[in-house]
Formats: sequence, structure tokens, C-alpha cells
Amino acid sequence: MSIDDKKISKAENVAGKTNVRSTEPITEMTVSQLSRLLQARSITSVEVVDAYLKEISLKEPDVHSYITITAELARKQAEKVDKLRAAGQQLPALAGIPAGIKDNICTAGIPTTCASKMLEGFVPPYNATVMEKLAAQHVIIVGKTNMDEFAMGSTTENSYFKKTRNPLDLDRVPGGSSGGSSAAVAANEAAFTLGTDTGGSIRQPASFCGLVGMKPTYGTVSRYGLVAFASSLDQIGPLTKDVRDSALVLNALIGQDSLDSTSVAHPDSDFTSDIEGGVNGLRIALPKEYLSGGLSDDVREAVLNATKHYEKLGAHVEEVSLPNLKYALPAYCVISSAEASSNLARFDGVKYGYCAQDYEDIDQLYKKTRSEGFGREVKRRIMLGNFVLSADNYDAYYKKAMQVRTLIIKDLNTIFDRFDLIISPVSPTTAYKLRDKVGTPLEPYQDNLYTVPANIAGIPSLSIPCGKDSQGMPIGMQLAGKAFSEATLYRAAYAYEQSMKGGK
Amino acid sequence: MASIANYEMVIGLEVHVELKTATKLFCNCPTTFGAEPNTQCCPVCLGMPGTLPVLNEQAVNYAIMAGLATNCQITHFSIEDRKNYFYPDLPKAYQISQLDLPLCHDGYIDIETEKGDAKRIGINRIHIEEDAGKLIHEDSKGTFIDCNRGGVPLIEIVSEPDIRSAEEANAYLQKLRAIILYTGVSDCKMNEGSMRCDVNLSVRKKGETSLGTRTEMKNLNSFQFIMKAIEYEFKRQVESVEAGEAIVQETRRFDQQSGKTFSMRTKGDADDYRYFPDPDLAPIRISEERLRDLSSKIPVLPDQRKQEYVKQYEMTPYAAEQITMQKEISDYFEAVVENTNYPVLAANLIQTEVMRLLTQDEVDIPISAANFAGLVQMTGDGKINSSTSKKVLNMLWEKDQNPVELVRKEGLEQINDKDELIEIARQVVTEQPKLTADYRKGKTAVLQALVGQVMKKTSGRANPVIIKEAMVEILEETEEQA
Ligand SMILES: [Zn+2]
Repeated sequence: MSIDDKKISKAENVAGKTNVRSTEPITEMTVSQLSRLLQARSITSVEVVDAYLKEISLKEPDVHSYITITAELARKQAEKVDKLRAAGQQLPALAGIPAGIKDNICTAGIPTTCASKMLEGFVPPYNATVMEKLAAQHVIIVGKTNMDEFAMGSTTENSYFKKTRNPLDLDRVPGGSSGGSSAAVAANEAAFTLGTDTGGSIRQPASFCGLVGMKPTYGTVSRYGLVAFASSLDQIGPLTKDVRDSALVLNALIGQDSLDSTSVAHPDSDFTSDIEGGVNGLRIALPKEYLSGGLSDDVREAVLNATKHYEKLGAHVEEVSLPNLKYALPAYCVISSAEASSNLARFDGVKYGYCAQDYEDIDQLYKKTRSEGFGREVKRRIMLGNFVLSADNYDAYYKKAMQVRTLIIKDLNTIFDRFDLIISPVSPTTAYKLRDKVGTPLEPYQDNLYTVPANIAGIPSLSIPCGKDSQGMPIGMQLAGKAFSEATLYRAAYAYEQSMKGGK
Repeated sequence: MASIANYEMVIGLEVHVELKTATKLFCNCPTTFGAEPNTQCCPVCLGMPGTLPVLNEQAVNYAIMAGLATNCQITHFSIEDRKNYFYPDLPKAYQISQLDLPLCHDGYIDIETEKGDAKRIGINRIHIEEDAGKLIHEDSKGTFIDCNRGGVPLIEIVSEPDIRSAEEANAYLQKLRAIILYTGVSDCKMNEGSMRCDVNLSVRKKGETSLGTRTEMKNLNSFQFIMKAIEYEFKRQVESVEAGEAIVQETRRFDQQSGKTFSMRTKGDADDYRYFPDPDLAPIRISEERLRDLSSKIPVLPDQRKQEYVKQYEMTPYAAEQITMQKEISDYFEAVVENTNYPVLAANLIQTEVMRLLTQDEVDIPISAANFAGLVQMTGDGKINSSTSKKVLNMLWEKDQNPVELVRKEGLEQINDKDELIEIARQVVTEQPKLTADYRKGKTAVLQALVGQVMKKTSGRANPVIIKEAMVEILEETEEQA
């Protein structure tokens, strides 16, 4: 999976000859900027892709965003897009734009490993529905991004293959589990990436890397082809440099899918149309429980500043209470582990992926394959999941957790009766140093304290930068709304982002 | 030995029936039986990472129809659950089934045993689930997996423990099969595995009300083996109890060769399937409208026909049960009855000759209903006698044709002319002095032999009633003369 150096140098030549773009390097542009230039044919997709491949070759030795890089394929796809455009075809907004895909999303013909030894070398013969959608948009795939094994973790340190580093400070983690996806965008190794979010796995890494990360309403983006961690919580979503990019990419991802029984049609089809609508009169709730506990002072202050800023922009902010919030995390642990224990049972060495050598019988094949093929965190959650689903414990844990889920949904609905959205921190801290949380099985869960309620309730929630801590690391704030309120979230996020641009 | 009579068996049956949908329960793969291994699978039914199930609504419809036909309540809001266990024929390592909220519940069917005992057997539940693949063991090469069957829709029909004998079990299964065949939701072929049966059996002293420890015998694939397995297992359990041994709750395998059951698993009943609602599937909601629509699709069922036959044609309930057991045969019977005045005669011929000529599971009768009715009519009218009737039926079976013409052409009409028959009878009396003498000594049983001789002389065409009359007259008149 190395990059073809010849191709890169050739690309430089091409880029040198057609120096029509602004002073800003290609890889620092947003998706919207690239889209405009591509559609105007001021640049070619091959130029864009080559610029990214070059950036990848420069950054990867330090950052390790990718598990697989598909340089050849990306160039071929770019050539095709350029040909179509040269022939006068009008292509969609994302056509010709390079993206990275989290490695738990199935890509036909490209290895999909979930960052696990268990699926090392596994090449699915089918595409996830989101991949079909991106292909229809002529998006260029430059690679598969690193992650915590089977999306279990908050640091991307649980990858079997490599540890991804935060491009803003290489000693720090990029967050997780979509840490490869956040690092890739932050390091300009992709114009945007797809991540997956089961308990915060898009939003927390987005906040750690200073990006916009969106977890859409459950069911609005098909899960077909997403290797399941916790089926009732998983959603695919974009990680982007800014809010408009996020809306643009989400436009391409949504849609009811006949291959996913839990998918639903989104009432909106274009999240950019109302994005500049502002926040005047918007009712924003600030749950006081979100500002207590292990929250760092820098984060608390940044979020409170953001609320003040929103008031200045004409929104109404009010403190509210989410009394059952404290049960969200334990309920999440139980539900996600339970589903994971069942979802991951299929990795047994019989059909695909890793298979242990030297076994006497089928039981031993199962035991050895799963003991050797899964990492510690995955095994820990499988055991927890099996425990809470066992006949003796089902009522006390799984059933109880499902009741808590109902309670939290009720709490949130009560708030949404009076408010358009909820503002909160994304994570109690900013990005921390690698290995800081290794060996403390419960602590990484704390990173998800503020993010899990959105997964439990299936509501949309995004993460957007709202300042920096004393170390200069980005802080993220979270906006969450009722189901299908993505347009409102984008409108609020965009208003904040635009107003901060000048004021910084 | 006397002690076994003091015990009764308590049996509950779990019957798996494959639904006749064109595609599998959660993907679009075909369900055709007998294809080359692994040619009817896709990423979904192979449980590949990231794939998701999408419920086949036709399977739900079929399951509901089976429930309606067995007097079940239909669950308006039911859930599909995951049953988690590892086995190589189960690619996802869980089977999608139903636990707490099955699609159908609390039904019953009525059975009739050969002895004429009528009984109602409760149905606890009917739920939908997916079938597993098949392991093929080859001694030299190892074990292979054929996933063609994996994901084929099944219903599991669980009876209440109401069954008390092998005969009742058989009657229940035959009846259940008949009902399902009538509804058309499955072809219930035991030899192809589209109907399979697990038997739960315990024993207790007669008069006791509590249940004993049960054993389970799995995947029995013929009615005959089921009855044999039940009888063997009953005896085994009674002997164990009598010997003061505890019955172990376990799964037992029935060996067709020896007719015995053997303990299959030693791990005991520690299986914990960690059931939970499948988060990939929405709950199944059944609207009143859909239920009405499905109810209207349930045809007249064997019990309704049976009652009709008993009332209208004065059949015994058992005979009516036999005729109605297979829809095709019952349909045939009804078509025949429309064209003849002798329904009981038609029923008898179908039950005896037709059933004999049809090999097991076959239902295609190669005689048109009109021709069959013609045959019945001639028999009833006395134009041919009963043995000729059977003979003609066999001839029609070989080549379907107009029976009236056939009888005429072959000269098979019954001889009803008494004078003609008296003439022949006289000849026989003269030719059989010993039999005649015996009859006169009071051995009236030889009359049948003398009648037989007349039959022989007429190639079986004589009216047996008239011969008998004629023969008695002649014998008595010659006696007087003597
Ligand atoms: Zn299939």
C-alpha cells in the first residue's frame, strides 16, 4: 500500500503547468472551494488527486491516517471525471473530490479491515450503500482510514495496524474511533472523510482535530455495508473542514435504502439551501448536567462563550436539566456491548478473515481464532455483552438499559418541546497524549459522556470547533436537535462559524 | 411388565415447516430445493460483514395464514430476536427467530385417531425463523458447508404437551400437514426436509398432574420414525423410572437402524442463547386490513370438509378424515361426486383402490373426474359388479378413457339376468358334487365356494347377490327332490 512515486512527481509537473488557482494550496481548500474550481474547470481532478496523494506521502510517515491507500484507483477515477467534464457533462458537486473512508465501511475490491487482525486482507465483493452513493457523485476514494478496532475506542490506539497521531500535535491522539478520518482531513490528506459514530466516534475526533463532524439522525444514512459495532446506535457521517462541506457531503449520503430495514427517508434533500438563515429567535438549551463533572475549565469556558456568542447573534439560550443524563453512559455501555457481542460472533474463522492454525475440533477453532484475532478492547466488550445478555443477567442489565434509553428519549423530547437545539461540550477534554488512557478500561468511555445521548435517542448531533485550550488544541462544542433537524443544526453551526471568522 | 401400563407419556411436538416463498427470508436468493451447493447464496445469507437482513413480507403472510388455519391468535406487534450460538452452518452465529412475541399464538387443531377418538391438541405458538445451512461430512475430505438452505423461511409450530400416544402424535402431524398443504404455504415434504419434527417426551404415572423431566428427539423426518422413536423412548423412560434412575433433560438422537434413541450431548442443558431483539429489523406490525385480506385467502379446510362429508355422505369420521387429508384428493372426490349419485361408493373406491395405487406422497390421479364418476355410476347402478369395478379402475389408471365404452368393448357388464345365472348355477351344482353334499350336510360356508365357481364361469361378471340367491334356491330345491 505504498504510493507510486512516479505518479506523484508527474503530478507536480502537471500542477506546475496549470497554475490557475489562488495562492491557497489545493489540499487546504474546502470541498466547496474545490467543487467550484472543478466545475469551472479551473483545475482538473487529476491535479487535485495528485496534490492529495503528494500530501499523503508527506504526512503519512508521521500521522498514519490510512490503513490502505488507493493511489492507482484514485488516479483512474480522477481521469474519468476529467474526461466526463471535458466532454461537457455537468457532474454533481462532489465529483472529482478526494475522500478517505473509514475502514469499517465496505468497499468492493478494496480491503476493509475494521483495523482488526480478524479482517486483515478481507476484500468485500460488495459496496456499502454510501459507497454506491459516493460513486454516483464521482467522488474519488484515496484510501481507507485507520480507526479503533471495530470502532471500539476513543483514541485510535486500539488499531491492530498502527496508531494515528493528531496532526495538530503528533504526541496527541486524534480521537476515536474515527481517528484516521479526523487526522486525514486535519492533515490535508483528504478533502473530506467518512466516519462512523456509535457513541461519539465522529464528533469526538472531529473536536480533537478542529473539524466539523456530523452524526445524522439514525436511519437517514443507510448502514448497509457498514460493519456493525452496535446496530441500533451506529451511523455514518462526514468529517469536514467546515460546516458547508459537512452539509454538502451529507446531501450525498442520505436516502432511504431498501437494503437497510432501519433506514428512513429524510424530509430534507439539500442541507445547504437554508444554511445561511441565521439563528435569530432560535431557542437553545444548555443542560446544566453537561457542564459539571470532569469537564476541563478550558472546555467549559469555551462552550459558555459560545452560548454568549449565540445570544449576541439573536438566539435565546436557557439553562435546562437533563436529570437522567448520568445513566446514559452506563446504558450505552450495556446496549452497545450487547449488540457488539452478537454482531462480532460471525468472525469465527470458518468463512473469511483470520483463521487460527492448529486446532483439534470446531470449538478449539472458534476459541483460538477469536482469542488471537481480536484485540483486548474488543474481547472485553464481547465478554461484557455476553454477560449482560445471559439469561441470568438480562433483566438486570440489558432490559434495564433499554428502559433507561426510553427515559433519556423522554427527557430529550421534553426539552425539544421548548427548544430547537441543545448545546454542550463534545468531550470533557481536548486531545490528550498517546497512551494516556491505555490500561484504564473505563476512562475512555468518559470521552463519550456528552455524545452518547444522541446515539441512544437517534437524534442528529454535530461537533464544531469553538476555540482552543491553553495548549493550543482545538475545543469542540456539540449541537443536537430532534430527529431530522440537521438543517437547523447546520444553520446554527454555520452562523457561529461565519461570525467567528471575522472576530478571531 | 405390568408397570408400563401404569404410566402415560406426555408429548409436545415442535414442527418446522419451510415456507414456499420464491426467495429467502432476509435476501433475494431463490429457495429451490436440490441446487448445486452454495449456488443460492449472497453476502446477506452468508452473513458477510456489513450486510443487513430485509424481511420477506410474503413469508410473514404465509406464517399468518398457517396461524389462521390452526385457529391461532395473530400478534399485531411482533419482534424478531437473535438466537446466538456458534455452529458452522450458521454464518452469522445467530439465527433470526422469535422469542417473546411470536407471530401467532394460542391455537389448536382437532384430530381423529384410527380408533375413532377425537381430541383437540393445543398450539402454543407459531413463529418465523430462518433455516440454517447444511453440513456435509465426507470421510476422506472433511466437512463441507452448503449454505443454500441458510436463510430459507421456516415456521416453527409448537404444540402444547397435550399428546398422549404415538398414534395421537401421528394423527396430529398428519392433520397439521393436511392443514398446511390446504393453505398452500408449504409443500411439507418430509423427505426433502421441508417438514421436520422434534419430539419432547416425558413420562408420569397415570393420574399424576405434574410433568416429568423431558427429553428431546430432534429432526425426525418420517411419520414412521416419529412413532417408533416415541414408543422406544416411552419404554426407555418408564424402565429408567422403575429402576429408580433419574431422567436426564437432554437431546437424544433416534437411530433408524436400531430403532433406539441415544444421548446426543453431554454438556447438558446449559445452552444460553442470549436472545435479544434484532436491532437490524423493525418490529412486525400487522394491520387489521392485512389480516382481513389474509383471512380471505384461507381456503375451506379439511375439518370443514370432513364435517360436510360425514353429514352429507354418511361417511365415518375416520373415513372422512382420510379423504380430506390431502387437498388434491379431496378436491378430486368433490369433482367426482358432482357427476354421480353414489358419493359413498366413490369415497370407498378412493380410499381403497386409489390410495393403494398412489405411492407415498403422490396426489396425481391419472383418471379424469368425469371418467371416474362414470365408473362409480355404473357400479352403483349395478351395471358392473364391485370386482369388475376395481378391474376397470385399474384399466383406467393405465389409460384414461370412457368407462362405459370400455366396459361395453370388453364385455364386462354385470350379468343380472337371474334365469341365465340359474342355468350356470345348475351346471356348477352338477360339476361339484362334493361341495353340494357338504352344503347339504349343513356346511353352509361352502356356499361362497359355489358362488365363486359361478363367478369363474362368467369371468367375474355375475351379480354376486343374484348368484347367491339363485344358488340357495337350486340347492334347496334339489335337496327337496333328494
Ligand atoms: Zn442470499
